[in-house]
Amino acid sequence: MIRFLAWLVAVIVALGAMLAPPPAHGQSGLPPAPYAYKQIDDPVKEEQARELMHELRCLVCQGQSIADSDAPLAGDMRSQVRERIAAGETPDQVRSWLVDRYGAWVTYDPPLGPETFLLFVAPLLALLFGGWLVLGRLKRAPDTEKETPA
Amino acid sequence: MTSEADKPARSSWVLWLPFALVLSLGVLIWWGLSSGGESRLVESRWIDKPVPEFDLPPAMPGQPGVSSRQFSDGKPRLINIFASWCIPCRVEAPQLEALRDRGVIIEGIAIRDRPEDLARFLADHGNPFVGIGADQQSAVQIALGSSGVPETFLVDGDGIIREQIQGVVTAEMVPEIVARLERMER
Repeated sequence: MIRFLAWLVAVIVALGAMLAPPPAHGQSGLPPAPYAYKQIDDPVKEEQARELMHELRCLVCQGQSIADSDAPLAGDMRSQVRERIAAGETPDQVRSWLVDRYGAWVTYDPPLGPETFLLFVAPLLALLFGGWLVLGRLKRAPDTEKETPA
Repeated sequence: MTSEADKPARSSWVLWLPFALVLSLGVLIWWGLSSGGESRLVESRWIDKPVPEFDLPPAMPGQPGVSSRQFSDGKPRLINIFASWCIPCRVEAPQLEALRDRGVIIEGIAIRDRPEDLARFLADHGNPFVGIGADQQSAVQIALGSSGVPETFLVDGDGIIREQIQGVVTAEMVPEIVARLERMER
């Protein structure tokens, strides 16, 4: 009985914690940037901007792209991407502008460079190593046949 | 005969190699996942580069805004990225006052702030800034490669950004910051 009561109290406390207002969070009260949630007029450019936004990493909510995040900074970055592309910059220019500031880390499609060299070369090396192993096995196969007469 | 005996020994060594590679990869992934519990701070790459061009309007009436043109006047200074809604910025405020009292020029950049909120913040926590620019859409913050509040940049007398401090400037850091800025004087 006592155990049941303790359990009941725990459930009520947990529910209360869920219903209580969240603690005051560091969050701006300003409305979002003009193009955070609004598309640009040119559909071709909007498509380019959207594609780029999906491969740019949100700085505060890491693991999400700026297209997926509702963080104010992500909204401000979306607006910048749209404004720059609307003004005639190419997605590559916008991407490298951001990479200059935050490093290749900011994009999910990192460029090939000294930092990311291993990332691109590692699969190739693994494949070569695997091929070398397989070749070794194939060459040895006739030998083993000789050793174990049918 | 000896070569035949060598063969199995060599091949077993080679066959263990992929297993060892996968195992070490597993350890690496496990280590990466367990040590990176909180999200990492993204450091700015815009270091040893000139302050990007910007001209922010004043965030407070009667106090100048911040323009990138000011930064090459020979005097090293700090750029402090802050906001009234940023809770750690309240913790940082006394250290900024201490820096101002030791003669450090601090330019403030208020991120996504409302004038009335900012006025209340400055009244409560002090106003150590020579100027405060209103960065309503984080544009200057992004141009500096800053990813949060508070952040502080050390800029030399030629307007070159030399260092980034992410998070709260603590009391222990104050003398070091003063010394570094003094060394940057030309």
